[in-house]
Order: sequence, then structure tokens, then C-alpha cells
Amino acid sequence: MALLSFLDREHTVAKPGFSRWMVPPAALCVHLCIGQAYALSVFNLPMTKLIGITQSAPGDWKLTELGWIFSLAMLFLGGSAAVFGRWVEEGGPRKAMFTAGCLWAGGFLLSAFGVSIHNLWLIYLGYGVIGGCALGIGYISPVSTLIKWFPDRPGMATGMAIMGFGGGAFIASPLSVWLMSKFNTATHIGVMETFIVMGLIYFCFMMVGAVIVRVPPPGWAPEGYVAPTKSVGLITRNDVFVYDALKTPQFWLIWAVLCLNVTAGIGVLGQASAMSQEMFPGRITPIAAAGLVGLMSLFNMGGRFFWASTSDYIGRRNTYFVFMVLGFILYCTVPTAGSTGNVVLFVLCFLVIISMYGGGFSTVPAYLRDMFGTRYVGAIHGLLLTAWSAAGIFGPVIVNYLREYNITHGVPKANAYNNTMYIMAGLLVIGFICNFFVKAVAERYHMKANDPRGDALAQPAAARG
Amino acid sequence: MATQVDPSMKTKVLLAWGFVGIPLAWGVIQTLINAMKLFQ
Repeated sequence: MALLSFLDREHTVAKPGFSRWMVPPAALCVHLCIGQAYALSVFNLPMTKLIGITQSAPGDWKLTELGWIFSLAMLFLGGSAAVFGRWVEEGGPRKAMFTAGCLWAGGFLLSAFGVSIHNLWLIYLGYGVIGGCALGIGYISPVSTLIKWFPDRPGMATGMAIMGFGGGAFIASPLSVWLMSKFNTATHIGVMETFIVMGLIYFCFMMVGAVIVRVPPPGWAPEGYVAPTKSVGLITRNDVFVYDALKTPQFWLIWAVLCLNVTAGIGVLGQASAMSQEMFPGRITPIAAAGLVGLMSLFNMGGRFFWASTSDYIGRRNTYFVFMVLGFILYCTVPTAGSTGNVVLFVLCFLVIISMYGGGFSTVPAYLRDMFGTRYVGAIHGLLLTAWSAAGIFGPVIVNYLREYNITHGVPKANAYNNTMYIMAGLLVIGFICNFFVKAVAERYHMKANDPRGDALAQPAAARG
Repeated sequence: MATQVDPSMKTKVLLAWGFVGIPLAWGVIQTLINAMKLFQ
């Protein structure tokens, strides 16, 4: 019982003297761990040889079967963020981080058991379902807390945490390879042991985040910060109840903007290696293409911090306008870079595009805060993450099927991606239009001071004055 | 309402950032080493 009360929101209120700069590392403790999801593919090949050891044997799992683990995890990420968003918001960040840590580690341990008895369904359940729920809960757990601690720089604060999600793969990828090399023997592939060790490491890391996270006391503000007394432009001083947000056109417009931006980015992210080699045959080797993918993941991570921080100065809507306009120009430039054989231009285009893909994720919590207030921003963000799940289907499908269509209709491989690039540019035009129509939320959606739906949280902004 | 930050918090903040920053920096360096293959 003492542990349960330790997790409660009221036990996480910061005491006088606490520094708000403790909160971003707490958020990073969670996001760096769950960001491992981007590095799951390092287990793919070893898991196809668990029986055959040196090569796949009859009975070994196929890559297509293993691909479902990641897809399930992404599906449950969006689903759990949407379903548990309100619980995360009302229960507080510590309870959410603790739950995410238990689920994440539990998912790894169950998957390890699945590997040991060679049962793929246990891995679907462990990593895909349980781990996917950990991803959703963990991803949104620190968002509103960071925004409350950094009302002066909400973009930068959430950008730091979401940057961690992009950076988690940097740690997980070499760590997984190193651990497997330690546990591999001539007769055994060390995936099970690696899963166990990683699950335990992640559990400890996420618990540190849960212990050090704090919410600000009521009425707290950073030194020298004066909260605006009335709504300015798109930035509201009012709060919108989580499910009322779904009734506003603004929610669905931002949903579409995020979905289109992510669809465009995801479409090239997954195909960058093959695309670069086919557009520049003989000039970009498989090793160089792997280097390009590594560089792109760095820009994906850096873009999350850079663009979200920039949005604090130029505004969220303007930041998305930059993504749409600059993205349109860059997607239209890629075919030209391919036809003229300009590798440097091609690489530059991809790096900026992928930085804006990451920036789209990290800027959106602050965009939601501007539109719907701070009170339920984490839960609303959870609902919005369904756009990510949808984009995860649209992006690869558009790129893969268009490429196949072009090649079967006689288009040379080097030019097979051109139409895709123009379609991605077209998606960004639609995104621009959606973003253009985002206006301030109508007053009828604002929570009133005596709204009983928000009793679990502090007084709404309207009552705070 | 802003409150004065406790001086001992500086050490805690430094430790907390080191706890997340060191593994992240290690990962970034590993990725950069791999990314350099693009320019070879």
C-alpha cells in the first residue's frame, strides 16, 4: 500500500527548492528506454536462426512473421495512448512511468520465455501487446508534466523528451549486438539472455525516472515568468476536456497534419537504404547506404529538439508551415538530384526531410497545449497518436506499392521513386491546407471553473485567472 | 509563485543529466562512427 501511495500524484508534488531541470532527465529515462522499439530489427536475423544457428532451418521463424512484432507494438502504442491517456493524466507521471516500466520489462521477460520455448505467439503478446502498451503509456507520461514545468519553453521541454525516443535506438542497437555477442555460443544464439538483461536494465532505468519525476505545486511559475492573462492568437488560457477535444475541428486538422507529415517521413525512412542504392547504382554502396541510415537517425533525433525549440519562437502553426513548404520543395528536388547524379543534394534533402519528420512529433504536444490548454494535454496527445499508427500503414504502403507498380510498368529502377516523391510532396500540400484552417478553439468547448469532470486534477485555467 | 532552488539540487541535476546523457552520448558516437561509412 505504501508503494501504491508513493506513486500517487499528490506524492509527486515538488517541495520548495526543487529544480525543474530534474524533470527532463526523468522523462528521458523513460523515452530512451522505450525508444528501443526503433532498434528491434537488430534481432530479426538472429531470431530467424534460433534452431539452425548458422542458417535458418525448417521450423525457424521467417522475417515476415517477425515483422508483425513491430507492427503490433506500434498498433498498441497508438491504442494504449488513446485509451489510457486520461488515466495517465489523472494518475500523475510517476504512476504512469512505473506502469510503463513494469510493462516494458515484463514484455521483454515474456518475450525471452517465448524465445526459450520457441513460441512466437508469446513474443507477439510480450513485446507486441504488453510492450506496445508500455510504449503508449510511457510516451505520453511526461508530456503534460514537462509543459507545466516549462510554460515559458514548452516546445523545448517536450522536444527534449521526444528526442529521447528517437535516441533510444542509438543505445539499444549497439547494446543488443554486444550482448548477443557475449551470449552466443557455437550451439546457441543469445537472444533470450539479451532480452532478459535488457528488460532488467530498462526496468531499473525507468524506475529512476519514476522516482525523480515531480509535478509543480499549484500556482508555481518559473522565476520572471508572467503568464498571459488572456488568450493570444492561437494560444489559449483555457482548458478543453479530453473527450471534448475530439468534437473540435482543430483536433482533427492537427491529426491530419501530423498524419500527413509522418506518412511523408516514414515513407522515406524505411526505404532510404534501398532507394539511395537504386537511385545511384554503383555510387552508393550497401555500406554507404547503412551510413546514410545512421546519419538520418541522428537528424531524426536532432530535429526533434531543434524544431520543437524553434517553435517556441516562431509559433507552432508557423513551424508546421515550414515543414510543409520546405518539405514540398525538398521532395520535388529529390528526383532532380537523382537524374543529375547529385549525391550531396540527395543526402541533404533526405537529412532535412527526416529532421522535419522528427520535428513533427516533438512540436505537436506544444501545439495541442496552445489549442486545448495544459490540463488534459497529455491525454489529448495520446488520442492524437492514432495518427502515427495510421501513418505507419500509409507511408510504407504508398512507397512500396508505387515502386512495384512503376517497375512492373517498365520504369527503370533509378526512376521508380520519382512518382512517390511527387505524391509525398502532394500530401504535404494537403497538410499545408489543413494547417491553414487551424484556428482558435471555440469558447463553448472550454471547461468551466466548476466542471466536475476535472476534479482529479487542479483547478482549470479559467478559474486560475 | 516561483521558489528559490536549493543549492544541493545542482549536484542532483548534474547527476541526473549524466545518468541519461552518458549512455546517449555513447550511442550517438557509435552511430556517427557507422555513419562515416557514407563518406568513405
